[in-house]
Parts: sequence; C-alpha cells; structure tokens
Amino acid sequence: MKPLNNAEALSVIKESITRIIPDADFTLVEPDDKFRDVLELDSLDFLSLIELLSARTGVQIDGEDYWQLTTLSDAARFLIDRTTGRP
Amino acid sequence: MTAFTMPSLGADMEEGVLHEWLVTPGDQVHKGDVVAVVETDKASIEVECFASGTVGRLLVAPGARVPVGTPLAVIEGEAAAGEPAGAQGEPVAVGARAKTGREPAVPRLRQKAARRPRHAPKSTHAGSQKEPTGQRTPAPPEHSAGHDSGIVTGPLVRHLAALRGLDLATLHGTGPGGRITRADVEHAAPPITSRVRATPYARRLAHDFGIDLSAVRGTGDGEAVRAADVRTAMRADAGGERPERGLLDGDQCAHAPIAFDSRPDERREAMRRAIADLMSRSKREIPHYYLSTTIDLTAVEDWLRRINRDRPPADRLVHAALLLKATAVAAREVPSLNGYWRNNGFSSASEVNLGIAVSLRQGGLLAPVIHRADTLPSDAVMARLKDLVQRARRGRLRGSETTGATLTVTNLGDQGVEAVFGVIHPPQVALVGFGAVVERPWAASGMLGVRPVVTTTLAADHRATDGAVGARFLTAVDRLLQKPEEL
Repeated sequence: MKPLNNAEALSVIKESITRIIPDADFTLVEPDDKFRDVLELDSLDFLSLIELLSARTGVQIDGEDYWQLTTLSDAARFLIDRTTGRP
Repeated sequence: MTAFTMPSLGADMEEGVLHEWLVTPGDQVHKGDVVAVVETDKASIEVECFASGTVGRLLVAPGARVPVGTPLAVIEGEAAAGEPAGAQGEPVAVGARAKTGREPAVPRLRQKAARRPRHAPKSTHAGSQKEPTGQRTPAPPEHSAGHDSGIVTGPLVRHLAALRGLDLATLHGTGPGGRITRADVEHAAPPITSRVRATPYARRLAHDFGIDLSAVRGTGDGEAVRAADVRTAMRADAGGERPERGLLDGDQCAHAPIAFDSRPDERREAMRRAIADLMSRSKREIPHYYLSTTIDLTAVEDWLRRINRDRPPADRLVHAALLLKATAVAAREVPSLNGYWRNNGFSSASEVNLGIAVSLRQGGLLAPVIHRADTLPSDAVMARLKDLVQRARRGRLRGSETTGATLTVTNLGDQGVEAVFGVIHPPQVALVGFGAVVERPWAASGMLGVRPVVTTTLAADHRATDGAVGARFLTAVDRLLQKPEEL
C-alpha cells in the first residue's frame, strides 16, 4: 500500500468518480460538500466507488467507514490516514 | 424457416428503427444471440434472436423504421444450416467480399445510419461494407451470383469462402471456364492478414472496446472468438488496476462511441415523448388508488452489516436488493397485483418479472426487467440490479431485458425523498415505490427508539383490485423485510 499525499488522494477519488460518472463536473463540488448529493451518486454508484477506491489504493473500506467518505476532503483524509498507517 | 421480426421492446412500442445488423447472411445464430441493434424512442436495444439456424436474407436495411411485427430477416432452420445463404438470389458476391473486407458495421457507421431518415438505402455496390437489403423482396436478377464482381462460381463456394475469410477475387479458378471450385477454396492459403474467426457480436465488442481480436483466445466452435471471450479479455486488460470481478465492465463503455450519445437532444426529446404518451395513457385509463406504509428496516440493516463485513466491495449488497426481493416474493403471494389489464379484464402473470425504474443521468428513465425475481437469491438480485442499471445508463440493454415486466418498482430513496406515489405502467396494474431510508423515532413494545425506516407505497389499478388487496401486499412486504436472512 503506497502512502498517499493529499493531492494524490484527491486525484484517485476524482478519477474513480469519473469512471462512474463520466461527465462529473468537480467545479460544482466544494471540498466540504456532500459529493454524493451534488454529483447524484446513487447507492450502486457509491458501492462502485468503494470498489474502485479499494482496488486502486489497497485500502480496505468497510461499511463502518462509509460515513468518512461523505465529502471530498473527508474522503481524502481517510485515504491518507489509512495508507500512512495512522489510526 | 422462420422470420425474425421487429420485436416489441416495451408495452408502449409501436415501431422501431433497425439500427444495425450484427450478423450477415450465412452466419450461424443460436436462440438468444444478439443479432441486431434496434432503436426505440427510448434507447438503443440489443435484440436477440428467438430461433436457432442460419441467417438467410436480411429484409430490412439499417436506418429503416418499421412497425412491430415486421419481418426483418429470414432465419433458415437448423436443417438448412449447410445451405448457402444466397440460394434465393441473394447477391452473395457482394456479401462474400464484404465479409472478407475490413470490419463491417463499425459504430460510426451505425450513427450515420441512425441519422438517416426513413428511406431504404441505395442498392449496394461491390466493395460496400453492408449487405444490400432494403425492403425489397427477392433481389433483382442483375444481382445474381457473380455478376457484379465477374467471379464465376456457385453460391456454396462463395459461402465457404466467406466462412474461411477468403476474398474470391484473389483465388485462381481451376474449374471449367476458370470457375472457382470448392477445392480451390479449400486449398487456398489463408489471407495474408488472416482474419480471426469471431462471432459478429464479439467483433463489434472488440472494436468498441479496442480489444485486439487476434490476441483473444476463442472458446467457440473451431476456436471462434465469442463475445464472452472478448469480455474475459477486457477484464484481463483492465488487469491489476481492477482485480475485482467484472461488475464494472460497463465502465469501459464510457469511451466507446455509443449511438445513444450521438444526438442527445433528439434522444432526450423522443424519450420525453414516449414517457409522456405512456403516462398520459396510464392516467387516462387507470383509476389509481394509493396506499402507504412505513417499514422498520432495523433487521435489514443489521443483516446487511453482518454479511457485508466479510465481503469485498464487489460482493456487497445494498438494501435496494432486499427491497426488490421482498417485493417480488410479496407479488407472488398476492398475484392479483402481478400481471396485466387487457381487454377489460385482468390476467395474472405466471412469473414475477420486476421492472426497475432507472433514472438516466441525461434525463428520462428506463425500466429494465429482472425476470423471475422472486426465484433469485438476494445475491443474484443484487448482481442483476447492478448490471442492468449500469447498462441501462450506457445504452446497452438487450431486448429480453426491456420486456415482460409484470410489476414495476421505483426507488427514489437516493434522491432523498421519503415517499413516491407512482404512475402505473400500463398494461401493468400496480407500481411499488420506495423512498429514502431515514432514521426516525419509532415506538415498539411501548418503548421509543430511533430506527432506520423506509416509506413503501403502492399505486394500484382499482379496476383490477381493491384497497384490501393492496394492503395485504404491503403487509407482506413488511413481514418479509423483518426476516432478511430468509429472502
């Protein structure tokens, strides 16, 4: 598992979302917006996102962790913490 | 010999545009093979063959708009499999050349065909990529074998050459008058750029997804590459990046030129009209009644948390899968909500086929079908749901997946509303709606607690049933969702 910095974490999140919603417009999403609402990810899309993020970063993401993937900044923080071994 | 006809791809479909042929005369097809792409007002649908045999004449050319039931092609029976496709005056010379030529029917061609208005295409000349068909019955005599290309041979030999990927023009005939014989074809060296044996659909998939066919291992007859092989290769291609199984395969479609996206405005308008027509008819003809109940989802959420814990993301379930399964089982228990209102009477269906309302990102909606959902384990319902939603949004549904719904479900929970009172899709007699799963104060056994709940609604046709039946149905859904492990 490669430790991610903030820019890398954000870029893997955005790329993964783009795989699911090809025309996702990130200029509409502020770092602290609930991106699922803004970009209209339904529960299947969100599960696909979890799948992609796990595969790309090696981070195991359980159901209990989903709440930490609400905003782009939270999600980036979560991936950084998990890839750098912070609790 | 049977006719392959324009299928009805939904209760509201009266005509369709034959968008693209995925087979050419002489191809072997099996029941269930995708043979053509048909454009309805709502979507481009991959249409399956409902007979096995050999493709004979193609009766309708790409771009033609025809009513449901119009014969599109002749399928020769199994017994006739060995017969040449051109036996009835088919311009086989052109066909054979087209087959040995470059890739036929690339999607770009498809878009053009779609834009073309309703007229039948011009007669094809040698070297053109498509079978000349149009709506004319037997081809004019000047198209009879060999005339166009000046190659003298019989239809059987042409067929053989086509099968082996040989261009007859490059062969030296040893028969009387330079006629190319069967032996000439059989002894001919394979073409220099040897053409990979592949089914037409596999070829198209490979083209769309940029897969090199020659690198794909074929598992079909004579190691021909089948669509499934291409999919396997796509998965392998995606390789290390996405080790999970291929549920996200549809992703790759994002980069493929899909007819759907070729003219989004027209598509949106046509879909809007189709929805408008169907919904107007529903409200004009169907006296709706509505029921609503709030269901405690604590058991469902607990169960999901438990089983998802040990699963990789690709295998996890979302509660929508359980809501669908419970709906299907309840519909089996209350069959008078599952079926059709036709000719002033209700007939219940023998299977529970759930139509799933899927909203499309560009606007509009489709309702692909999970057939016999009541008989599928929850995991299978989940897999079907993911697959259908993904393909509905990418414009790659199959004909069988758009038809046969006996009851439709709409789930607007992800849009954040708590309840949806739906409009029934005629000729169905009911529509089930789920809102968002929300936490609410909940009194049970004299205690107040906070529980996850979902508002479940039923819109039903009062001609077919009364409120008591609807109530029984919603009660059954509630009861079933309290024991998710048994679903």
